[in-house]
Amino acid sequence: MNHLPLIIKREYLTKVKNKSFIVMTILSPIIMIALISVVAYLSQLNNDTVRTITILDESGLVENSFKSSENTKYNVLQNMSLEEAKTITKETSSYGLLHVNKLDDVDAISKSIRFYSEESPSIGIISNLEGQLEKKLTNIKLQQKGVDVDMINASRISINIAQESFEGEKTSKIDSVVKLIFGGAAGYLLFMFIIIYGNMIMRSVIEEKTSRIIEVIISSVKPVQLMLGKIIGTSLAGITQFVIWIILGGVLMAVVSLVLGIDMMQSPQQQVLQQAMESPEANSQIQNIMTAFYNLPITNLIIAFILFFISGYLLYSSLYAAIGAAVDNETDTQQFLLPIMMPLILAVYIGIFTVIEDPHGTVSTVFSFIPLTSPVVMLMRIPFGVPIWQQLVSLLLLIGTFMFTVWFAAKIYRVGILMYGKKPSYKELIKWIKY
Amino acid sequence: MSNFLEVNNVSKNFGNFKALNNVSISVPKGSIFGLLGPNGAGKTTLIRVVNQITMPDSGTVHLDGELLNENHIRDIGYLPEERGLYKSMKVGDQALYLAQLKGLSKAEAKTRLKYWFERLEIGDWWNKKIQELSKGMAQKIQFVVTVLHQPKLLIFDEPFSGFDPINANLIKDEILRLRENGATVIFSTHRMESVEELCDDIALIHKSNKILDGKLIDVKRQYKINTYEVGIRANDKVSLQNELSQKFDISTANFKTLEDELKLNIKLLDTDKPNDLLSYLTSKGEVSHFVELIPSVNDIFIQTVKNN
Repeated sequence: MNHLPLIIKREYLTKVKNKSFIVMTILSPIIMIALISVVAYLSQLNNDTVRTITILDESGLVENSFKSSENTKYNVLQNMSLEEAKTITKETSSYGLLHVNKLDDVDAISKSIRFYSEESPSIGIISNLEGQLEKKLTNIKLQQKGVDVDMINASRISINIAQESFEGEKTSKIDSVVKLIFGGAAGYLLFMFIIIYGNMIMRSVIEEKTSRIIEVIISSVKPVQLMLGKIIGTSLAGITQFVIWIILGGVLMAVVSLVLGIDMMQSPQQQVLQQAMESPEANSQIQNIMTAFYNLPITNLIIAFILFFISGYLLYSSLYAAIGAAVDNETDTQQFLLPIMMPLILAVYIGIFTVIEDPHGTVSTVFSFIPLTSPVVMLMRIPFGVPIWQQLVSLLLLIGTFMFTVWFAAKIYRVGILMYGKKPSYKELIKWIKY
Repeated sequence: MSNFLEVNNVSKNFGNFKALNNVSISVPKGSIFGLLGPNGAGKTTLIRVVNQITMPDSGTVHLDGELLNENHIRDIGYLPEERGLYKSMKVGDQALYLAQLKGLSKAEAKTRLKYWFERLEIGDWWNKKIQELSKGMAQKIQFVVTVLHQPKLLIFDEPFSGFDPINANLIKDEILRLRENGATVIFSTHRMESVEELCDDIALIHKSNKILDGKLIDVKRQYKINTYEVGIRANDKVSLQNELSQKFDISTANFKTLEDELKLNIKLLDTDKPNDLLSYLTSKGEVSHFVELIPSVNDIFIQTVKNN
């Protein structure tokens, strides 16, 4: 008798109707969006404050070279001592005082520059000042040595190497970034999914054990059916939750941006990107991103995502189910969870550090074949173009391992669910397989 | 009478531990069969084998003449000793789910559940969650779920635990009624008085081996001790007791009487006849009490287990 649909339905409905599940589903995106808005709002606030920096330039060489910007104003002081300048800086509650000594030699001047302030200044401001000073003093030194600065500036050349594969496909740096974002998102999504819903499966198995209903159910259905039903039902609930999160999050984000007028996407990196786009090459940059997007092996990406995601997730969740069956309560799960978490975390680290560096290097390639790490690593590699045969071999290995773990987990499951009261050791688990 | 359940030479090992060693039992159709044994004897393992939860290493099980197979799941109703229900699920939904797992259609399950809920006067629990009910209440629901699909074989493991006397009686009557309607019942319990009261046949399992089985009455005959409980009114009780002790194996007995009688347990030899004893006694005084002592299941249980 096939009870699988019935079990899936029950698992799904109990999960979805569960109060804490509903609360989490609705609250999580709200909390996330609220956090993002607060951070965005605060950083905007931060950007809006105008800092004044007083400058006492006794040498008179650099005082005119500071250009006030939106957030920073420069107040040039003249004809006073350092102490007086400090007092004025404090009285006008300026951010700090930049002091340049009057010395004969530019090199000596450059070494004598000091910045005085109440609290330690932000790195951004200091490096900004350093940059402006360096530029000015270098020019002065060049001039002193009789070099025509204008000529140097006029002869500057900017280089942006265009990349092209042998087949004539154009790529660029932006291309790699886009690929990285896609691969990283896919790998990370799988990682999160496994952890959240794997745990949920484990808890639901433990719940059946502690409520002692398991034997009643096992007398009607096969343990394997119950286990698979649990895994599939919980996963469907998980997908439901994810979809709601994405939709709700998207809507909320749009609403908040409209109402508060905060640009959520305003991160420092993007500011840099925006600045870059204001340059003459801006249009070609946008075009680059678009082509990068179109250049992605979309069909391959989607199919591979679905296949690797499903088999990777099932592989891990069957292990979670086996752990749930082996123990009596959640506190006992730690010793068994560790060996599962390790390959998973390893996979994410390899994805982040190695795949970015060299998507087709030995480490990346090997780990995209090893079943426990392959779903995450392979998903991260695929946007960079992985030969189909590699994907197939990796997938076959994964599916083979998945079938083995389901068999293994089912063995542990059918013995474990009827064992009460003792915390099994690994040795006992191995013995269970022979029962 | 044919046997509804035949277990033949079933063995089961868990690692080095032998849980069942060549156990065979026969459960006649329409009987109430008591499966007895000390804790850890292997009863639960045997029941799990019949329920196809555990696969035996060797031996066969036949149900209604057919080798045990997947289709038999719906012919068996099993109330395990370790039982429970989903705590946060509504009573009605839960009962429906479990009934559907046993192969009933949803509509059919609903009709039957309504009938049973009304019968046991628990109709207003339908929308309650299990965690709102007491243990006894949950047990009642479990009982309903066990019998709902009208199984031909009912297996109850300690069915009365957790019930107050009134509800225990109610459940007992329901079990007897189910038997009258043609079900065969296997009954595993440590409460010997209910075995005494309900069972037609018993089997005793001890340390993975079956050490005793048969019709309860036959078992009792087998363990008959040829002892009679006697009350006699005599003028000189001391001399009578002395006289009797020379002829028979006697000991003092304890039972309620109206007068101050001499109360004795008298063990006869196999060659002695009770009638001879009675006529001998009547010649000595007025006999107010003469009863054959029948070993209780409790005695048989303790004696057999100790001897093994």
